[in-house]
Amino acid sequence: MFDRLSDKLGKVFKKLKGHGKLTEANIQEALREVRLALLEADVHYKVAKTFIDRIRERALGQEVMTSLTPGQQVVKIVHDELAALLGGEAPRLELGGKTPVALMLVGLQGSGKTTTAAKLALYLKKQGRQPLLAPVDTQRPAAIEQLHRLGAEIGVDVYRSQPQQNPVALASEAMAAAVAKGHDVLLLDTAGRLHVDAPLMAELQAIKADVGPAEILLVADAMTGQDAVAVAQNFHEALDLTGVILTKVEGDARGGAALSMRTVVNKPIKFLGVGEKLDALEVFHPDRLASRILGMGDVLTLIEKA
Amino acid sequence: SRTREALTSKLDRLFLGKKIIDAELLEELEELLITADMGVETSLGLIEAVRDKVKRKELTDPARLKTHLKAEMLTLLTGVAVPPLHPGKPHVVMVIGVNGVGKTTTIAKLAHHDLEQGEKVLLVAADTFRAAAIEQLEIWGQRAGAAVIKQKTGSDPAAVVFDGLAAALARRVDKVYIDTAGRLHTKVNLMEELKKVARTAAKQIEGAPHEVLLVLDATTGQNAINQARLFHEAIGVTGIIMTKLDGTAKGGVALGVVQETGLPLQFIGVGEQMDDLRPFEPEAYLEAILG
Ligand SMILES: Nc1nc2c(ncn2[C@@H]2O[C@H](COP(=O)(O)OP(=O)(O)OP(=O)(O)O)[C@@H](O)[C@H]2O)c(=O)[nH]1
Ligand SMILES: Nc1nc2c(ncn2[C@@H]2O[C@H](COP(=O)(O)OP(=O)(O)OP(=O)(O)O)[C@@H](O)[C@H]2O)c(=O)[nH]1
Ligand SMILES: [Mg+2]
Ligand SMILES: [Mg+2]
Repeated sequence: MFDRLSDKLGKVFKKLKGHGKLTEANIQEALREVRLALLEADVHYKVAKTFIDRIRERALGQEVMTSLTPGQQVVKIVHDELAALLGGEAPRLELGGKTPVALMLVGLQGSGKTTTAAKLALYLKKQGRQPLLAPVDTQRPAAIEQLHRLGAEIGVDVYRSQPQQNPVALASEAMAAAVAKGHDVLLLDTAGRLHVDAPLMAELQAIKADVGPAEILLVADAMTGQDAVAVAQNFHEALDLTGVILTKVEGDARGGAALSMRTVVNKPIKFLGVGEKLDALEVFHPDRLASRILGMGDVLTLIEKA
Repeated sequence: SRTREALTSKLDRLFLGKKIIDAELLEELEELLITADMGVETSLGLIEAVRDKVKRKELTDPARLKTHLKAEMLTLLTGVAVPPLHPGKPHVVMVIGVNGVGKTTTIAKLAHHDLEQGEKVLLVAADTFRAAAIEQLEIWGQRAGAAVIKQKTGSDPAAVVFDGLAAALARRVDKVYIDTAGRLHTKVNLMEELKKVARTAAKQIEGAPHEVLLVLDATTGQNAINQARLFHEAIGVTGIIMTKLDGTAKGGVALGVVQETGLPLQFIGVGEQMDDLRPFEPEAYLEAILG
């Protein structure tokens, strides 16, 4: 992959060759390039700012000042800090406690909730669980039918929701059905909604109160721009999210929104959606996403080559 | 609206008590533009131009900054022509875009609009891939009052279009909307499939598809530029519709998209119902960004 940031930083530092010492001004210039790269990757403006402040210290330290390849050193520091920020707790589902364990998927319209619900059901089924899929989206035309089709494809039961039902009542009924039929996991697919839609956010809170889900996962599109911060913030404030699932990651989006959301929610990114097929679900690797946000292939081999 | 107020007060605060355009003001402006998803290149380009003007003393009063910027941004958004409506019937419109942006819903909105104008509309369910995509379009067709031509899930989309256009000719409809499956612009085989659909349409009706509308989601960041570029390269887009502008996303990437492709923005989506479609008005759009 074309390595823009490394190239740019290389240029920043090349000017110095033969001019003697590396100065604070050079580092500042390098950090400016890093900041622009983050913004180009859709990292939120404020998140990028805080991040740069954080790494300025390390970059100004001995590590870079005395390095023979300061450009690569800066890239390495940025990459490592980014991966650390994106990482954190082990990305597994919280399935302990009383069964059936409820998992709830929430997010903006079209982010991939329904598809991801089916993907998680398949993932759990492969682990020997007996999940029940429950459509509680009574809004989008044919949303219930969509989940039924997906359930049939993977051989997972889907609760018989009716579009004229109330979503909160539906969720409780589905839970009762899961208990009655001996399912150990209940996956709730909720309707897409705007984070500023107060009545619809209150509906999610009511479902949460009734069903008591072990996980409330924000399903977010990897292509999301600056709005990711507001979206994550509002969903988190309303529901106390337990994690994030990033979808449509197989495209060419740089995915900076992940950093924005991770910073706001401070809960792990648990899975990545990497296609429309139901097995296109991957566990999350912070270092890979860090490289991608910075617009680099394999950053470590690059650094070694330098 | 809430977002409008937030922005207005933000920009007002920017100018509050300011006598000169200084570095601090420009930095805050940078934040305003970038957080609207206008992207590094467009935002910094605009700010650089302001800085130059300030240097040359052509622009000194902070109060005039907004008017100036709006004018600059307007030139970035215009200079593109909306394709003329071809005289023949039926007029065939293909709607394309990445997954989940709002293609199917937008078709319902466009059909509803045309039906209200007294036109006869036919919908073609050429998304044969996504689960229940056909059912979704059928429900919208019923609500709007438009017939839907469909085949089974999994059938060849080009074959559905072939049937659909034959029906359109037989029924003498005015407008045909072809709903296509969402696909990432990076997937070569799926882009080929789209080309095949377009070719099939052309064989059936001269000049079809007469319009190819690309749907972009306002929540999308800089990737929208790649989407527009690659879809345009592959099949020749004629116009852009930006959805989900009823949220807090500003959709500022539209400036970059217009710069990159020269394509006109034609409509915006402002909700999930059939009447939540508006013509794109550059002034109002820029007002929402700048306050
Ligand atoms: N390329 C790609 N497409 C995906 C992925 N996940 C979901 N999609 C597609 O994105 C579109 C929207 O997915 P849905 O699962 O219907 O999204 P949703 O969040 O349930 O949508 P609403 O219920 O309308 O809010 C569909 O075309 C899916 O096939 C992914 O990881 N990659
Ligand atoms: N808030 C809001 N939601 C919208 C708008 N347009 C569409 N949606 C919602 O976005 C979601 C996806 O819309 P669809 O029309 O199914 O999108 P699509 O592009 O056809 O999706 P695929 O066929 O799966 O690629 C649905 O929940 C719609 O109700 C809009 O302007 N505003
Ligand atoms: Mg859904
Ligand atoms: Mg669709």
